[in-house]
Amino acid sequence: MASARDIRRRIKSVKSTQQITKAMKMVAAAKMRRAQEAVTAARPYATKLTDVLGRVSAAAGGSVSHPLLEVREPQKTAYIIITADRGLCGGFNANVIRRAAKELQQYENPALITIGRKGRDFFKRRGAEIAAEFINLGENITFGKAKEIARFVIDKYTAGEYDQVYLIFSEFVNTLTQRPTTVKLLPIEAPAEEKKEGAEDKKAQVSYMYEPNAESVLGELLPKYVEVSIFRALLEAKAGEHGARMTAMDSATNNAKEMIHKLTLSLNRARQAAITKEISEIVGGAAALE
Amino acid sequence: MAKTQRLDIVTPERVVCSEEVEFVVAPGVEGELGFLPEHAPLVSALKTGVLRVQQDGKTYKVAISGGFVEVKNSRVIVLADTAEREDQIDVERAEAAKKRAEERLAKGGEGIDQARAEAALQRAIARLKAAGR
Repeated sequence: MASARDIRRRIKSVKSTQQITKAMKMVAAAKMRRAQEAVTAARPYATKLTDVLGRVSAAAGGSVSHPLLEVREPQKTAYIIITADRGLCGGFNANVIRRAAKELQQYENPALITIGRKGRDFFKRRGAEIAAEFINLGENITFGKAKEIARFVIDKYTAGEYDQVYLIFSEFVNTLTQRPTTVKLLPIEAPAEEKKEGAEDKKAQVSYMYEPNAESVLGELLPKYVEVSIFRALLEAKAGEHGARMTAMDSATNNAKEMIHKLTLSLNRARQAAITKEISEIVGGAAALE
Repeated sequence: MAKTQRLDIVTPERVVCSEEVEFVVAPGVEGELGFLPEHAPLVSALKTGVLRVQQDGKTYKVAISGGFVEVKNSRVIVLADTAEREDQIDVERAEAAKKRAEERLAKGGEGIDQARAEAALQRAIARLKAAGR
């Protein structure tokens, strides 16, 4: 049995670990709240954009051709994989990476665009082809970042280097659950128009005026749609990362607590054993004198 | 009281404004577009510039970039990459950005950097204009 001193040292070390995990949990909770707000703030834009895009593409009557709508025989597929820059967030990165690794097997020699350090490191180690990497996006994700990533894939897609582009990220369901999701980014499948608003609205769509014309408005909207999809994915991943970290750190703190409890028990037992031993030595010594 | 229409200015990062206004002038790609209530349905791309809003007889300006506008049923929806009301604009930052962009343009070069500098310059000018400088 370990000596009382060893156990005491052990308890001390577990305690300090517990303090760290506790602090990390609180930090993650605060950051998650902020990230969640950002997700909420981005929602109106995305909804309206999808709305307008649906209407415009319906009005244009599917006859419009745009490079981003062009469906090609998939020769080369690209994946955008969004992971976190840092670890210590439970299965968050592992889940996305596992999903991605599985999806990647479908196509021959896919190109990867990794966002976040964890994903990049994993696929680099495996010797996959990484077309572009974006790391250190930081706490506050700006639309500019999403735009940069979108511009990269749009350029490649229009140039015919990629024939389809998928986005793999972790969807933020709630604090406890993040679900790895795959979304087809390009070619764009125009969002179906909502029909619930009835006939009156339908009449209104027909009479829309487009300035300068429907095609160029559509040309303006489509890249935006890609940008917004990426932006949303980035924000959700960020919120999910913090959520996952919070949960992971919470259970780490609980484990530490349990461990301290167990160690304290064995410390007491060890101490008691030492005392008993001492007494029996004294008694034994006294008995020997008689 | 004058008739009003609803104006929503939305960026990916936040909702900049959502209120009842009387008159909106937006910088369309083919010239300025004015919207009064009951305007016919319209969708247009916008260029980087200044959007003017008249509310309760007073006018305020919003610097916007990279967006478009949808008008329907007395409702004006502006979706833009960036949008700031005149009182939210950081003039110093805009001026610095303008100077930087001008330097980059003066240096010459080609391709995407030039286009980017040009866009940055437009944005800075729009912000300064909206802020009244």
